[in-house]
Amino acid sequence: MTDVLQNSTKTNWTKSIYWLVTDTLTMTKRNLISYTRIPQALFFSTLQPVMFVLLFRYVFGNAIPIKNIQYVNYLIPGIFVQTVLFGSVSTGIGLAEDLQKGIIERFRALPMSKMAVLTGRTIADMARNIVVVTIITGVGFAVGFRIQTSVLSFVNGLLLLLLFSFAVSWGFTIVGLSAPNSETAQVMSFPLIFPLTFASSAFVPVATMPTWLRDFATYQPVSVLVDASRKLMVNFPANISNWSAVESIFWSLGAIAILLPLAVYKFSKAK
Amino acid sequence: MNEIAIEVNDLSKTYPKSKVKALDGVSFQVKTGKVLGLLGPNGAGKTTIVRILTTIIKQDSGSAKIFGLDLASRTHAIKQLIGLAGQYAAVDENLTGFENLTMISRLNHMNKVAAKSKALELLEKFDLIAAKDRTLKTYSGGMRRRLDLAASLVNNPAILFLDEPTTGLDPQSRLMLWDSIQNLVKSGTTVLLTTQYLEEADRLADTIIVIDHGRLIANGTPTDLKKRFGSSVISITLRNAEATDSATRLLSANFPNKLLSEDNTLKVISQDGPKLTLDVLRIIDANNIEIVGLNVSEPSLDDVFLTLTGQTIQEN
Ligand SMILES: Nc1ncnc2c1ncn2[C@@H]1O[C@H](COP(=O)(O)OP(=O)(O)O)[C@@H](O)[C@H]1O
Ligand SMILES: [Mg+2]
Repeated sequence: MTDVLQNSTKTNWTKSIYWLVTDTLTMTKRNLISYTRIPQALFFSTLQPVMFVLLFRYVFGNAIPIKNIQYVNYLIPGIFVQTVLFGSVSTGIGLAEDLQKGIIERFRALPMSKMAVLTGRTIADMARNIVVVTIITGVGFAVGFRIQTSVLSFVNGLLLLLLFSFAVSWGFTIVGLSAPNSETAQVMSFPLIFPLTFASSAFVPVATMPTWLRDFATYQPVSVLVDASRKLMVNFPANISNWSAVESIFWSLGAIAILLPLAVYKFSKAK
Repeated sequence: MNEIAIEVNDLSKTYPKSKVKALDGVSFQVKTGKVLGLLGPNGAGKTTIVRILTTIIKQDSGSAKIFGLDLASRTHAIKQLIGLAGQYAAVDENLTGFENLTMISRLNHMNKVAAKSKALELLEKFDLIAAKDRTLKTYSGGMRRRLDLAASLVNNPAILFLDEPTTGLDPQSRLMLWDSIQNLVKSGTTVLLTTQYLEEADRLADTIIVIDHGRLIANGTPTDLKKRFGSSVISITLRNAEATDSATRLLSANFPNKLLSEDNTLKVISQDGPKLTLDVLRIIDANNIEIVGLNVSEPSLDDVFLTLTGQTIQEN
C-alpha cells in the first residue's frame, strides 16, 4: 500500500500520456473485438452504402447527367463521404449503450485514463470505417468506378475522409453522452447527419439546388470534403486547383479542437 | 495499516437532473477488516454512497476518507486501493470471461503477462475456468455476478464495494456468492455491502447502517439493532379485517409506537416477551376478539426496519 501512495505522488505529464495511449489501445481492442462478435452489425452497416451505390448508379444515375464526367465516377467519392459519416453515428450509439449497461461505471472507478474510454471508441470506429471503406472501394470498382488520378492521390482522398469521420465521431461522442439510451442516440443522430449529407455535393452538383439551399450546400464542410476527395480521386473538375483539400483539413482539425475537449469535459462530469 | 478504513462525514448529494436529494448528511465509519452492511429500500441512497466512495461522482458537501486519504484530493491513490462490483453486473457481453478480466487487469495498469495470469487465477477461483473462452452472452446470471466480483478483485483491493451483489440471483447462486464474500473477509478485505435483503446483512455484516430517503436512521451490530427495538415480537393473526381493526385500536392504545401491522397480522415488539404475550392475549380475550394464529419470536431485521420507517424493506 505504501508503494501505491508513493507512486501516485509522482504522477506527471509523461506518465499520463503513456497511460492514455496504453489504455486507449486496450479500449480500442475491446471495441474491435465486440465488432467481430456481432458480424451482422458490420454486414448491415456495409450493406446500406452498397445499396446507395446501386440505387444512385442504376436508378437515379441516368437522370443526373453531369458534364465531363461519368456519373459513377462522380458518385463514388460522394458515397465514401456518406459511408464514413453514417458510420461515425455508431460512436454515439455504442457509447450510449455502454453508459446504459453500467460498464462505464466500472471504468470510472478504475485508475485508468478517463479519456481512453472515449478515444478507444473513436479510434475503433475509425478502424471499422477503414474496413467499410475498403469494401466500398471494391464495390465501386465492380460497378464501373475508375480512379482518374493516381493510387496515391486516391489514398490521400481516403485519408481526408477518415480524418473528417474521426472529427465527426467526436460530435457523436457528445450525442452519445447526452442521450438517455442507445435508441435515442440513434434517433438524435439522423437529423444532424441527413441535411449535411444530402444538402451537399455528394450526389448532385449544388448548382441544381434552389439558391437558399445552394449557399449552405456550397460552403458546408461535407461539400468541401466531397469536392476535395472528388478532385483527389477522379480529378473533377479538371481545371481547378484542390484548395478544398486544405479547407477540409482545417474543418476537421478545427472540429476536433472544439469537439474533443467538449466531449472529454462532458464525460468527466459524471452525472 | 490504518485502523479506520472508511470514514464518512456529513455527506450530501443532490442529483442536478432529478433534483432528488439522494443523500442528506450521512456519517459513518468502517473499521479495517470489517463488513459494513448498508441497508435500505429502493431509492434510499445506497448506490449514491457507493458511487461517491468509489470516486465515480462527487458529493455536494461533506467529506470522506479512505485509509485516511481524502477522497477529493487523493482520487488516484484511492482508486488503486478499492474494488467495485456495481449494482448491475458491469461486464462486457461480447467479450469472453478471460477477455473481460484481462481487460480490467490491463486498465488497472498491470503488464500483459501479469494481466493474463491474474485473469486465469480469478477464473479458477470463481469456478469459471471451464467457461473462460465463452462470451458472456452465454453465461447465467450467477456466472455473470461471479465474473463481476472477480473483476472487482484484479487489483487485490483492500476495500471492496459491493452494491446489491445478490439481487436477482437464485438462492443457490446467492449462497455461493456469500461464501466467496466471506472468504474475502477472512483474508482481511474490508467490505462495504449494500443490500435490500435483511438476511444478507444479518449474515455477512459486522455493523449495519440503515438509511432511508438519504438519511441514516439506525446504526449498530445486527444484534444491537434487534435488541434496541425489543427482544421479542409477538404476532397475532386475526380472522378478518373487522377483527383486525378493533384489535389495532385496542393494542395501539396500550402499546403506542410498538405496533406493526401487515394484512391481518399484528405485531407488537417488546423487551419482555412472556409478560407482553400475556398482556396482549388478555386484552384480546377481554374484548372477545378471535385470533387464528399466534407466534412469539425474536425480531427480524425486517421488524426493525418496519419500526424505523413504517414500511417493509422490499415494499417498493
Ligand atoms: N443519475 C441520477 N440522476 C438523477 N437522480 C438519480 C440518479 N441516481 C439516483 N437518483 C435518485 O437518487 C435517489 C437515490 O438513488 P440510489 O442511490 O440509486 O438509491 P438506492 O441505491 O438505495 O436504490 C433515488 O431517488 C434516485 O431516483
Ligand atoms: Mg442502488
